[in-house]
Amino acid sequence: MAQIRKDKDRETPALATSSLPDIIFMFLFFFMAVTTMKEVTFKVRVSPPMATEVTKLENKSLTRYVYVGKPMDQYKKAFGSETRIQLGDAFADVNELEEFIVSERSAMNENDQNLMTVSIKADKDTKMGVINDIKQSLRRAYALKIVYSANKRTAL
Amino acid sequence: MGKKKRKTSEINSSSMADIAFLLLIFFLVTTSMGSTTGLSRRLPPPLPKDQVVPPVDINKRNLFIVKVNSQNQLMVQGELMDIRGLREKAKEFIKNDANQDNLPVKTLVDIPLIGPMEITKDHVISLQNDVDTQYQVYIDVQNELVAAYNELRNELSREKFGKIYDDLDEEQQKAVQTAYPQKISEAEPKNYGGVK
Repeated sequence: MAQIRKDKDRETPALATSSLPDIIFMFLFFFMAVTTMKEVTFKVRVSPPMATEVTKLENKSLTRYVYVGKPMDQYKKAFGSETRIQLGDAFADVNELEEFIVSERSAMNENDQNLMTVSIKADKDTKMGVINDIKQSLRRAYALKIVYSANKRTAL
Repeated sequence: MGKKKRKTSEINSSSMADIAFLLLIFFLVTTSMGSTTGLSRRLPPPLPKDQVVPPVDINKRNLFIVKVNSQNQLMVQGELMDIRGLREKAKEFIKNDANQDNLPVKTLVDIPLIGPMEITKDHVISLQNDVDTQYQVYIDVQNELVAAYNELRNELSREKFGKIYDDLDEEQQKAVQTAYPQKISEAEPKNYGGVK
């Protein structure tokens, strides 16, 4: 005789968590693949300009970055709200740029020194006066390969 | 006796998820989404300090001047222009299809893989900007000029090799580059067009 059992103490089985590590590992590998190590902590706010004809940077290890933009809010008190330059992890003046490039280059392998690229990561509202100063001191430092960092955009 | 049945107990893997989480969070914190794209340029070498700049001897018809003032307005070859027209204008200048008098001089050059071709070998695009020009506008102008070159190169590649420039092999790319050498001069900064 068929009988419908009414089990009072039937419980929903516990959620199987054995595949959780696999899922997390998948996430982990995804992030390892699509992200890169942070170069520095930003002290200036940079939202790069847009361009359509951008190319990918070839060798990241030979690239040095110059950040240009307005200081982040927490630095505004100490450094004002005017456009500033950041080299490595610190604020810097235009005059220090030449020295910075020269010392960075001498730290490199001799074969790689001519391949050094300087990437100018500047905010899109920066005035060209600052950029010109940077370009002039890069020229003096013989760092002639430069990249204007810009994000991809599809149309004008 | 009875010893055969004993097994090593399985490794407890319940903390595996925690370990993986830890790694995940570590990578989330220390990395950033890479946006390492940009416009590549080459700066001219520095001028010797005590030397007077020799007057540049460039035929006027070989020169394409783009000026951007502090109000972000464009002046191309002496006339006010919208940025949307710049690409066409630059292409017309670089190519000089009809061999016009006011556009750059064409010289016949024998290029390997392509053959003899008349190219505007000596043209120069000069980009001048004001101190107060906005960076985005400057990049826009650079971008349009590079786009003009890229379009011309693509046209030629498609005509000669049936592929776009990026898909050519190194030697073919070199040949196309010889046909359309990229010559954008970044002039010494000048201050003009501003009220300050």
